Amino acid sequence: MFQILEARELTENIYFMVVEARRVAKACYPGQFVIVRMDEEGERIPLTICDYDRQAGTVTIVFQGVGAETRRMAALQAGDSFRDFVGPLGCASELIAEDKEALKQKKILFVAGGVGTAPVYPQVKWLHENGVAADVIIGAKTKDLLILEQEMKAVAGNLYVTTDDGSYGRSGMVTQTIQDLVEKEGKSYDVCIAIGPMIMMKFVCKMTEQLHIPTVVSLNPIMVDGTGMCGACRVTVGGKVKFACVDGPEFDGHQVDFDQAMKRQQMYKTEEGRALLRLQEGSTHHGGCGNCGGDK
Amino acid sequence: MDVLKKVPVREQEPCVRAHNFEEVCLGYNREEAMEEAARCINCKNAQCIKGCPVAIDIPGFIEKIKEGNMEEAYQIISHSSALPAVCGRVCPQESQCEGKCIRGIKGEPISIGKLERFAADWAGEQGIRPEGAKEKKDKKVAVIGSGPAGLTCAGDLARMGYDVTIFEALHEAGGVLVYGIPEFRLPKEKVVRREIENVKALGVKIETDVVIGKSTTIDELMEEEGYDAVFIGSGAGLPKFMGIPGEQANGVFSANEYLTRSNLMKSFEEDARTPIMHGKKVAVVGGGNVAMDAARTALRLGSEVHIVYRRSEEELPARVEEVHHAKEEGIIFDLLTNPVEILSDENGWVSGIKCIRMELGEPDESGRRRPVAVPGSEFVIDADMVIMSLGTSPNPLISSTTQGLEVNRWKCIVADEEHGKTTKEGVYAGGDAVTGAATVILAMGAGKAGAKGIDEYLSGK
Repeated sequence: MFQILEARELTENIYFMVVEARRVAKACYPGQFVIVRMDEEGERIPLTICDYDRQAGTVTIVFQGVGAETRRMAALQAGDSFRDFVGPLGCASELIAEDKEALKQKKILFVAGGVGTAPVYPQVKWLHENGVAADVIIGAKTKDLLILEQEMKAVAGNLYVTTDDGSYGRSGMVTQTIQDLVEKEGKSYDVCIAIGPMIMMKFVCKMTEQLHIPTVVSLNPIMVDGTGMCGACRVTVGGKVKFACVDGPEFDGHQVDFDQAMKRQQMYKTEEGRALLRLQEGSTHHGGCGNCGGDK
Repeated sequence: MDVLKKVPVREQEPCVRAHNFEEVCLGYNREEAMEEAARCINCKNAQCIKGCPVAIDIPGFIEKIKEGNMEEAYQIISHSSALPAVCGRVCPQESQCEGKCIRGIKGEPISIGKLERFAADWAGEQGIRPEGAKEKKDKKVAVIGSGPAGLTCAGDLARMGYDVTIFEALHEAGGVLVYGIPEFRLPKEKVVRREIENVKALGVKIETDVVIGKSTTIDELMEEEGYDAVFIGSGAGLPKFMGIPGEQANGVFSANEYLTRSNLMKSFEEDARTPIMHGKKVAVVGGGNVAMDAARTALRLGSEVHIVYRRSEEELPARVEEVHHAKEEGIIFDLLTNPVEILSDENGWVSGIKCIRMELGEPDESGRRRPVAVPGSEFVIDADMVIMSLGTSPNPLISSTTQGLEVNRWKCIVADEEHGKTTKEGVYAGGDAVTGAATVILAMGAGKAGAKGIDEYLSGK
């Protein structure tokens, strides 16, 4: 059992939890992920690591309540436990392995979208601790859905916030901010790391391709075991099949087949929709899920 | 009673079991077991023992069943095997113990597997546990992986008195016994869990959710956590795909994924929280035991199921009993058929599988006749789901993070057969991680060899 030491809602439907997991806290690096299971019947849910404290033996996760299982998880409180919390899985960010002096010369841009701000944070923090100031763009639908702004401000070089509806910071999509920074505000970048919804990463890559900025993305496909066993997470990168769990989750964004990856994310949408319906309707549920026979 | 014939074993009717996940074979009861045991002629130079990878004293335990002394029969088996209830169900007895049985020359061999299963199930129902070590040794051994190789090695070492901890990457112990082999062939609660409890009763500790190579490494276990020796039984977990066009379409799964969802995550149950796809028409590509397991699982979940295999029935690598059961239940075999492309609709979902007819040519290096494509014979099998069951290869997670551990060109860990000794001091290995995908019992044999090797190594220290 892995105890939750702190749990709060960051904004509507996005949850922040600090979990005691000594082995993971000791071994993990930015860019890696964990798989959690809330209880004996729970589904295995992959989540990118948002922060860790080796001394305290804790790992921080941030997740959005999207399906039935993450909505169940959202109800967990400090003092509750996860039945399973395994990791770190996947490869660490390539920045970690680079020569520190060379890294200091690099101009790095992070682009974070929505809940993707969480996995960007430990990378920017790690760079900050190693004397590298990276620029960060955070994009959110609207002001109220913005997360980790203050935390990011403390570790980023320049922080640019943009909201789709213009309710806070700049107005428009993250791609607009990237273009403005490079074309109008005299910025130049050697590398871009983009993490967020698949559709955002796709369009960021289109933009950075135009601007000739090498770009790394972190993919979050469907997974079961997270150790290379099931192949559910396979993605096509540069025409080759890769397993996101062991070969990734970070890949060269200009090589990723996003259209295929987005289709593959839809794989269990019907089943998940039915499960969500069952959960939401609770005891008033009377069919429509396709499973219980109540609609026959 | 015909002494040349096995006492028949009761099974669920095919038309009934095709719709449930209850065990297919119901096993012997006490009377049937004693009647079957009476057929054994108790050979002086018992060939069956030579056919058993863990060398169980087979005539010995059968003699006890004949006398009605079931507890003694169980203790004799458990002296050599940590997982008798499992082996009685999934071992290929026809090519091992039963294949060598003298009774088999003139008639049918003794039903050794079913007798082993009976003794183990009987002991389980009575709550009888195997006997543990009398004296403890002050040495710590780490076992990586809780599948058949790891459980056997851990069980043997614990019985010798070592302080053993198993590290398991998944959330539940059992390896392929829990994620790979379906409930209807190997009940999880009644059989697998009980056997694991028996291994724990010997003093073995199991830590789940630890991925060696990620959460920690073998070097750290030995240098920082004080383990004196390590056994690697991490299996062959990486699924193979064909590399044909369309394989990334929605609805194409590895058998590993499909079976893990159904078996480990219990997706076959209606209220399960992990989803599984229910295809209308499913094509399973491959002809091994895993292909049969995947096909029979899909059948039970309501699909029409085709096995697509490029050679003929004779070359099917699956056990005869599994093929027989699959046919009885209504699986359709499309033999001498090889997929060349997966077709999909405009939304990226599987709509069919384009195949080519094959014929058998000259024997290849495996001794089986090589399948050769018949030019111009392409045709399409209608399907909305495809399960690839083409075998697995070892996971490089451990070998790539352990200093001085050699692997061969198939990424299998190099280890000697007799002791499981690897190229790294104090580290032993066995099972699929060494041989590539094989059987439960061969992995158990390797686990035993590893335990012996580790004992010799630590005794000499």
